[in-house]
Amino acid sequence: MSEPVPHYVNQDPFDPYTIEALTPEQERYYMASQWKMIWWRLKKHRLAVASGIILIFMYATTLIVEIMAPYELHTRNTNFIYAPPQSIHLFHDGSFEGPFVYGLDYHLNMENLKREYTVNPDKIDHLRFFCLGDSYSFWGLIDGSFHLICPSRDGTMFLYGTDRLGRDMFSRILYGSRISLTVGLFGIAFSFLLGISIGGAAGYFGGWVDATVQRVIEVLRSLPELPLWMALSAALPITWSPILVFFGITIILGMLDWPGLARAVRSKLLALREEDYCSAAIMMGASPKRVIARHLLPNFTSHLIASATLSIPAMILGETALSFLGLGLRPPITSWGVLLVEAQNINAVALYPWLMLPMSAVIVVVLAFNFLGDGLRDAADPYS
Amino acid sequence: MLDYLIRRTITMMFTLAATSVLIFIIIHLPPGDYLSTYIAELQSQGEMVDNEKIEFLRRQYGLDKSMPEQYFTWATGLLQGDLGYSFEYNLPVSEVVGDRLLLSMILNFTTIIFIYLVAFPIGVYSATHQYSWGDHGLTFIGFLGLATPNFLLALVMLYFANVWFGTSIGGLMDPQYLDQPWSIDKAWSVAAHLWVPVVVIGTSGTAGMIRRLRANLLDELQKQYVVTGRAKGLPPRKLLIKYPLRMALNPFVADIGNLLPQVVSGSVIVSAVMSLPTTGPMLLSALQSQDMYLAGSFLIFLAALTVVGMFVSDILLTILDPRIRLTGGVKR
Repeated sequence: MSEPVPHYVNQDPFDPYTIEALTPEQERYYMASQWKMIWWRLKKHRLAVASGIILIFMYATTLIVEIMAPYELHTRNTNFIYAPPQSIHLFHDGSFEGPFVYGLDYHLNMENLKREYTVNPDKIDHLRFFCLGDSYSFWGLIDGSFHLICPSRDGTMFLYGTDRLGRDMFSRILYGSRISLTVGLFGIAFSFLLGISIGGAAGYFGGWVDATVQRVIEVLRSLPELPLWMALSAALPITWSPILVFFGITIILGMLDWPGLARAVRSKLLALREEDYCSAAIMMGASPKRVIARHLLPNFTSHLIASATLSIPAMILGETALSFLGLGLRPPITSWGVLLVEAQNINAVALYPWLMLPMSAVIVVVLAFNFLGDGLRDAADPYS
Repeated sequence: MLDYLIRRTITMMFTLAATSVLIFIIIHLPPGDYLSTYIAELQSQGEMVDNEKIEFLRRQYGLDKSMPEQYFTWATGLLQGDLGYSFEYNLPVSEVVGDRLLLSMILNFTTIIFIYLVAFPIGVYSATHQYSWGDHGLTFIGFLGLATPNFLLALVMLYFANVWFGTSIGGLMDPQYLDQPWSIDKAWSVAAHLWVPVVVIGTSGTAGMIRRLRANLLDELQKQYVVTGRAKGLPPRKLLIKYPLRMALNPFVADIGNLLPQVVSGSVIVSAVMSLPTTGPMLLSALQSQDMYLAGSFLIFLAALTVVGMFVSDILLTILDPRIRLTGGVKR
């Protein structure tokens, strides 16, 4: 019998990478945080990225609407009532002129008393950039008159035409975006608050809390949203100031939206609360609030963000519909729905179709949110 | 099955009861009741207030009683088919609404059928031709339908329906049939007018339906049994129709729970824009003038329409899918 092999321990620290060497790509992949991986996934979804960029641009615009808009919200061009859109040209008679619009000639058709505008190809109105134009009050605080783009000094620039008071539709749509785009954000914030706390309580505590919440969710989900929105906003007191009405509407929009979110939170929590780390947290004396907010929710924040992105469009459409019906926001607040009130009758469609242009803004935003939300949903779980 | 039916009926009753409480609260949200507004209005015009009438109305609704009692009066009235009293029209609600409820039901029902008819072939095509140009194009059109506000689409369609087909603007039938008893001609006229609102309301629902059917069918198409069937030489069409389509059809019916509230919502605003003789425009005007009993009746009706519709779809589902029948639960 030979001697037993002496017990040998290598004193050097063990480095697993000596056994399985990682290529730089692999290392980058394994070391990436969850959010980084979500971003990589999202980047592959080109439509979603494009939508995201459009949305960021639009939201950035709402911050500096006064500067971006060529006209002020209430500027009335009484000589140009119901003027059709003017398009921007670069070349006149084959020669480069820089961006300009052709002037409009107005005359009243005496037969049907219709205002008729004809494009005057001799009248070239050069656009001005970084210029002084209509004076405004920036966010109601700072007075100014600097614009990114203005019409020529005695000319006009109605990219989207004018309404019945001769106000520039393009500028009004820009101003309207400030309200229309934020309604969705405020609404979803409120709905998030309700959905996470109610769904969280239901999923974490289970038992009768869960049963009650489930029933309430079932009832709310089986009701048609719009009629209830209509009824609730009709109940807002007429004496309220516009700002209060705005918040009232966002709360109403959020109030019927939370069940979907609450249901998602609940089902996730039901599964996650059985995990060991959750029991550990409870045994160390963490309060239910802390366990839910610090230990459980971060597991599926990405899913929640994705579903929130998908429910914002419904809110924007809801606000538009309510305002259009005269039950939501009212002038002097300007939102896309308020602007669309002008296009309410069939005459507008037949004679002044550009009054429906706020719809294009709505469509772009809703589509962008849908695409972005789809992309986020696919990317939300990068480990799958 | 009977057990399930009973349990489902009880759930439905519970939902309806909860809904009625909710709606009762909503219609009492505006400060003051209609009577006080009404009296103030009459007095401001220097008119004598008809005390007898006010007393009658007060008694009718027990406006002097506590809220739970008022609710009880209102709810029992509803159960007996007494829809309440419209202050604006000075008539019982049931006389004001006329065929509106029936026409609303016809409109919503037709829209659902339309959505199924359109979404089904498109969904199947999109799933079987995944990532083809047709799939992308149809998906995009679907998204567009989802993103366009119903009411504007209604306006535009109304205009073009009039220009191209000469359909009279607004309404659900030619003017001469208004207030006429139902006849073949009248039904035909209704059908000729119905398609515009049906298409308009249907667009948004169709888009969602197509996407869900496509997703379901794609899931099924990747399963083993499809591969087995293909390996055994089943013709593609037979393979598709006989197995995966059936499986994918199931959520199609179950999905009516999402679809119905959406369709009812859409029909309200579209009929308000097109001034169809359905509940939509009247609900709107009732809300604007705070004629809350009239509004409440409509709200209850619309809610009941969706709740009962979902009940019917759940029952259908159990007939369709033995798994649900056996386990006694509804998967949604």
